[in-house]
Amino acid sequence: MSKINLTIDNKKVSIEKGKTILDAAKKINVHIPTLCHHEDLCVAGNCRVCVVEVEGQKVLSASCAIPAEEGMVIKTNTPKVRNARKDIVALLVSEHNTQCTTCYRSMNCELQELSAEYNIDNNRYLSVLKPNIEIDRSSWSIEKDDSKCVRCQRCVRTCAELQHVNALTVSGKGKAMKISTFMDLPLNEAVCTNCGQCVIHCPTGALTERRYYDRVWEAIGDEKKHVVMNTAPSVRVAIGEMLGYPVGSRVTGKMVTAMKRMGVDSVLDTDFTADLTIIEEGNELLQRLKKALVDKDASIKLPMITSCSPGWVKFIEHIFPEHLGHLSTCKSPQQMFGALSKTYYAEKKGIDPKDIVSVAIMPCAAKKFEARRPEMKDSGYRDIDAGLTTRELGHMIKQAGLNFSDLEDGTFDSIMGESTGAGVLFGATGGVMEAALRTAYEVVTGREVPFDNLNILPVRGMEGIKDAAIKIEGCLPEWSFLEGVELKVAVAHGLINARQIMDQVAAGESPYHFIEVMACPGGCIGGGGQPIPTNEEIRLKRAAAIYEEDMGMPMRKSHENPEIIKIYKEFLKEPLGHVSHQLLHTTYKKRNHY
Amino acid sequence: MNKKELKRVDIIFDCANCEPLEIVKKALAMKPDEIIDQIISSGLKGRGGAGFPTGLKWKLAKEEKSDTKYVICNADEGEPGTFKDREILDVVPSKVLVGMCICAYAIGAKEGFVYLRNEYNFLLKDLIPLIEKFNKNIQKLGLDFHIKVFSGSGAYICGEESALFESMEGKRGEPRNKPPYPTKVGYNGKPTVINNVETLVYCTMIVRIGVEPFKKLGTNDSRGSKVFSVSGDTSKAGIYELELGVGVDEFVNEFGNGDTKAVQVGGASGHCVPRKDFKNKIIGFEGIPTGGSMMIFNSSRSMYNVLKDYLEFFEEESCGQCTPCRVGTQQLLKGIEAVKHGEKPSSYLNQLLKLTETMRVASKCGLGQSVHNSFSSIVKNFREEMIY
Amino acid sequence: MVQTENLIQELIKKHGNKRTSLLPILQDVVERERYLSEYAMVEVAKALDVSSAEVYGTASFYTFLYTKPMGKNIIRVCKTISCKMAGKEELVKALEKVLKIKMGETTRDMQFSLTESNCLGWCHKGPVMLINDTVYTEITPEKAVEVICAIDPKHLTNL
Repeated sequence: MSKINLTIDNKKVSIEKGKTILDAAKKINVHIPTLCHHEDLCVAGNCRVCVVEVEGQKVLSASCAIPAEEGMVIKTNTPKVRNARKDIVALLVSEHNTQCTTCYRSMNCELQELSAEYNIDNNRYLSVLKPNIEIDRSSWSIEKDDSKCVRCQRCVRTCAELQHVNALTVSGKGKAMKISTFMDLPLNEAVCTNCGQCVIHCPTGALTERRYYDRVWEAIGDEKKHVVMNTAPSVRVAIGEMLGYPVGSRVTGKMVTAMKRMGVDSVLDTDFTADLTIIEEGNELLQRLKKALVDKDASIKLPMITSCSPGWVKFIEHIFPEHLGHLSTCKSPQQMFGALSKTYYAEKKGIDPKDIVSVAIMPCAAKKFEARRPEMKDSGYRDIDAGLTTRELGHMIKQAGLNFSDLEDGTFDSIMGESTGAGVLFGATGGVMEAALRTAYEVVTGREVPFDNLNILPVRGMEGIKDAAIKIEGCLPEWSFLEGVELKVAVAHGLINARQIMDQVAAGESPYHFIEVMACPGGCIGGGGQPIPTNEEIRLKRAAAIYEEDMGMPMRKSHENPEIIKIYKEFLKEPLGHVSHQLLHTTYKKRNHY
Repeated sequence: MNKKELKRVDIIFDCANCEPLEIVKKALAMKPDEIIDQIISSGLKGRGGAGFPTGLKWKLAKEEKSDTKYVICNADEGEPGTFKDREILDVVPSKVLVGMCICAYAIGAKEGFVYLRNEYNFLLKDLIPLIEKFNKNIQKLGLDFHIKVFSGSGAYICGEESALFESMEGKRGEPRNKPPYPTKVGYNGKPTVINNVETLVYCTMIVRIGVEPFKKLGTNDSRGSKVFSVSGDTSKAGIYELELGVGVDEFVNEFGNGDTKAVQVGGASGHCVPRKDFKNKIIGFEGIPTGGSMMIFNSSRSMYNVLKDYLEFFEEESCGQCTPCRVGTQQLLKGIEAVKHGEKPSSYLNQLLKLTETMRVASKCGLGQSVHNSFSSIVKNFREEMIY
Repeated sequence: MVQTENLIQELIKKHGNKRTSLLPILQDVVERERYLSEYAMVEVAKALDVSSAEVYGTASFYTFLYTKPMGKNIIRVCKTISCKMAGKEELVKALEKVLKIKMGETTRDMQFSLTESNCLGWCHKGPVMLINDTVYTEITPEKAVEVICAIDPKHLTNL
């Protein structure tokens, strides 16, 4: 790879051919502000915030878009550059709803930061903000406010190239140019999976999650209500970022204490139902394998694919509805939790389920939609009353006036608060697969998975599609039909990779028995409800924290969880049994492709 | 300043001894490098308004190693006041096709397109059969080159080369980041020469009549002649081919009605020359450049209305992707209206002039970069008409 | 609906089913159906294997790829400066009167749509208007009315 030598602000720098001026500047710690640029996405070069002076050129160049060339002399901070940048930010502000005091992204908004840096006030130009812009609140998951859009097109690029869903587009031109959906339909009518990747890539408050924390505060303040909160694994390794901790910090104990201090009646753990999902889904897989391999039942769909990611579920419902039979019938841990909170939990605690408010804290935007799916009422009540994001919980903790770092470490309440390392793994891509294999392999052979420390490394990491093959030998008698079978598994994260997997399944060419699919790049730790900003480095650090958390747990296999053993003994009776089917399994719906 | 007298020329529309296929044969008998050297030596620069040296463009495309290359004729004429390409395509379309052919042979392209704006669809009735016949004939001459028409769908910005490629590729006509330039990465990512209609005809004629008759016209920086479309307060509105380098005063003497207040040279993206400057400006690349549009305004015209018209045009036709142009055009229009209605003081015009400077240096493409031309020349020279 | 499906199939045969075929296909749909219906855009998206949002986003960029129903005869009056100076306002008033609609509207019988356009390239012979692909130059209000009534005599009653 040949090197290019150039000079930036009188400093010499050498960089690989093909890299941009911005890449070269980063290498020598010269900071150039950007807006439409994002590490996860292809270059746009349209906001013009990152313009710099290139010696010999009459016009300024967008440093994020122009390739570095041999001998270039760049100046990033001349009066010409500063004036242009100040004007550009002022223009963006003139097109913007500048009510920062009421904006959800206040203090975490890239336009706000740039305006502060360049001392922009509202008086430089006239406002060209269009009047009467209606906020799109049609979706349960995502809110779209065009009055705060800087038209960087990050959301469109995210939906197109990162997720390959293409629900968002740019429509019109000139002053009518805006971010839109097909026919400018409201989001709930567009082919949107609710993954929320657009939200975490948006630099301002134009795209946010629908917020329900006010309702939760109300429920907490209502003495008649018993508020139960369950938190997903990804929350505990990311919420610290909003409360002064570095990326990748594990703050589980403090998080639990904070929730108790907020007034939540019972702080429980989604990881419990993650363990439960492994038992149900593991058994479901083994049953399918038996029916396919022994009974030669042609109606059995293999590969079986996980169903705990609601963004992924909506994706397959829209795009590959003929293949819904491949999905596991298991609900997600969130929804299993909800159903049990108003049946098992209510029974054990002696609380009338109508007084229980079940709240889920998730790294996810799609879980808000999932909670409102009409069929999610198996308890006889709405199983989950509100799904909140990690960000919303962070705000609630701040609103409660808690000094987070001073809190002592707390422990989850019981029942439904106990979990294993396998349950924690759900947060990272490959985690569900690893957890499932830890249990399934042991159930079938009586031995632990043949990997050091139970860490199944081939399914870990940020590669879009990972696969592995595990030979099953020395089976217990009842599983003898699996003797010698090479179990082929795959893990995909990001909907662009899900699509690739499904194209193979649809063509009848999938070599796998079991596939884990997560809608979000990185898995749930990179979810649409996680703290902003996001990039690969952040996702890697959060994933590392998940694996650390797993190693630190006293139990690391779902079937070892004593509360799990108890719930089967006392309530569910057996995996895939009658009660399980009623409360823990679900059906799917064919949706429009276009 | 090398000012020329007004001189009418007849290279473009001259049809005597102009058998298209004979010119193609003549070109095919030369080597590609010879043709390119001829075009370079002639000093021909792009006639669409940007003025890039044509020979150099062809040379750069030829030097790219690629099996697939394209020649595209930019017939998306949309600059207000420009109607000369329409006339050329109506009267001497074969010369355009020959120009494309010569270019294809010189650079090694097998496919050519005429990107014709939708508003000129009435030309297709004659153009399509002509192209079909032409394609057959050049196949017979042994040249593997095939021309098709691609219709625009109503977007001025698609006259910008990279936006034109985006449009042909089935996308929104949003200009690309440059570099890379079209000769390296053009249509479908392949080396492409994109030339204006008039430029291609000059290439044809340079091969036909030789370099000297072309080169001896014009000035050092503006060689040759050019087709102008004249409109506005004139009794001689129409199409004229004139030697480049003519003084604006000569032009006004010929085409004005005796009461000319201003001449807009180059359309909405061009410069407004006020009466006091007629004698010290020439029409050419080193003076006031133009793609051909020449609009004449007499003393009854409000320059405020003229500027407002141009800004409304840009506000609507901007692709909208980059901040300086999308928001800047709106600010300029709203700004001059506010000053005119007394809502903002006249000093606000200075703020707007600075804004056009930002647009000039920071916009992603020529549209945003050119607003400065008309805005500053009209506001500076007719300030009294802008204020309340 | 079936008609639209058949039309799209026909256009795929004519232009191909690549992304580069998109604009020619959309132009032909507008030519035949006078606009791009939601249904038509979905059919095109299916045929080209792109999302409906991409088809809509691209179509909405171009002035002549209408996503609202237009009349059989689309009138485009040039509104740029030379035509303004030549009397475009009076022309528009006359058209609005004879058609009994305002600029931007379509007659109820879907025969005429009255729109404005930027420079049409006839600045020396303004005012100018296009009706579909036919150009009318130096068109006075009286001549414009004659043209309209020649296309649809029913408008004689609006004089």
